[in-house]
Amino acid sequence: METHIQVKNLNAYYGRQQVLRNINVEIPRKQITVIMGPSGCGKTTLLKTFNRFFELNEEARLTGEVLVDGQNIYGRDVDVTEVRKCVGLLAQRPSPLPMSIYDNVVYGMHIHKMKKDRKEYKAAVRHYLEIAGLWEEVQNRLHDPAASLSIGQQQRLCLARGLAVEPEIILGDEPTSALDPISSQNIESRLLELKRQYTTVIVTHTLRQAKRLADSVIYMYMGEVVEAGPAKEVFGNPQHERTKQYLEGLF
Amino acid sequence: MKKMKKKRFERRHLMEFFVKSIMQTALLIVAGALGLILWAVITRGLPSLTWDMVSQVPQGGYYMGKEGGILNAIIGSIYLAAGGTLLAMLLSLPIALYLKTYLGDSKWGECVRLSLDVLWGIPSIVYGAFGFALMLTLGMRASLLAGVVTLALVEFPIMTRAMDEVIRRMPADLEQAALALGSTRFEVALHVVARQTLPGITTAILLAFGRGIGDAASVLFTAGYTDRIVTSPMRPTASLPLAVFFQLGSPYPEVRERGYAAALILTVIVLLVSFGSRWLSARLAKYTIK
Repeated sequence: METHIQVKNLNAYYGRQQVLRNINVEIPRKQITVIMGPSGCGKTTLLKTFNRFFELNEEARLTGEVLVDGQNIYGRDVDVTEVRKCVGLLAQRPSPLPMSIYDNVVYGMHIHKMKKDRKEYKAAVRHYLEIAGLWEEVQNRLHDPAASLSIGQQQRLCLARGLAVEPEIILGDEPTSALDPISSQNIESRLLELKRQYTTVIVTHTLRQAKRLADSVIYMYMGEVVEAGPAKEVFGNPQHERTKQYLEGLF
Repeated sequence: MKKMKKKRFERRHLMEFFVKSIMQTALLIVAGALGLILWAVITRGLPSLTWDMVSQVPQGGYYMGKEGGILNAIIGSIYLAAGGTLLAMLLSLPIALYLKTYLGDSKWGECVRLSLDVLWGIPSIVYGAFGFALMLTLGMRASLLAGVVTLALVEFPIMTRAMDEVIRRMPADLEQAALALGSTRFEVALHVVARQTLPGITTAILLAFGRGIGDAASVLFTAGYTDRIVTSPMRPTASLPLAVFFQLGSPYPEVRERGYAAALILTVIVLLVSFGSRWLSARLAKYTIK
């Protein structure tokens, strides 16, 4: 197992409040890593440090390192837009851009000037919509407003849009929590298919989803990583009392 | 199932009926007032609304009921309102963006919003007097430019507050969605914020234009009045609201009728602008996120 993201001595603060305490974890390449824990434990905050969304909050401050392929993404000479191109995000609620379905997928490729001409863009849009399992449903209405799609379709559109900029890592911040069961299942099966090509990190608060998806697990409590490791070990034989209690549904 | 009671005898249903009736009455009064205004302006103005009215300037004897029209006032009003709106826009857009980007809901932000609301409430004759005092200080005479500046002052609080509301309603998720794809802040503003808020900003601008073109008091001292079509920003200009005002005050019945015709022209312009802005913002809003 090869490490893709390595977090070293990470401490994070919102104003005076410390939200992450001395985090040291490794996230394996081309697997699904699930971050779980009770609400307020810092799991979303940890996820947000991976695409530098953490710093969008004005009060946010952080020490330590997040290394992607050995390079610290908080290093001085790192371009934040390059980090975010390399690390895609599937948000809690899908938020399509105020454009057509087609333009939503093209947008990221456009700003990074990734293709040569219209033909290539068109082909790429089809390709990524197919990967996201949306092509069949939208191929005849590509120029309709993205907001006209159902919530579940919007989330798949957001997946296609994120994949179109060719990231290596996909982050999911409870990506199915706003969706109905069938749409959730749809997104989950996409993520399972995609893990062969992408390193995936998912935050979830549903234990059953964690069990369905995880190859590897990070369990957090009160801003600290309590336990991290392969899913089989953490679920089958948790080492810490807190993890055991969480898995048994005691809190 | 128990046998259901008849609904109309219950007290709470009576209450609902009562409150609903108040709402409907209020709506009826407002709609009726609008209808009456249109009816009055059309029935009195339409008979005198000839082609000459909109294609000629006042000839000798116009103000005693002889030939001529008010093209000078139509063109003057369009210049005044367009100039004022443009100038107000140059102030409003940066202020609205500054409010959103840097001040937000902070104490200073609320302070600025309160000031704008106060400015909104100030009667336009006060702006007129202020513009007049400013003109005298600068040694200017009544002119199109002075009128434009004063109208801009009348319009800008309306425009800024309307834009502020539109920009504030922009969902935060949208910006983050674009940032997550690796956009720069500038790209987010250009591609996402602009697209999302453009319909509302268009409405704000045209709302202010509508207010500006109908305002008489602010241009009374500052833009003056003349029977010629204005050719230079430093010359005085006629305007429709003042054309209405002067002609309605005439002792000649024909001239008073023409006052109504001028009011009709002004009303039609305002209606066109309103419908135009609705149409335009609906078109621009096709892709926005509700």
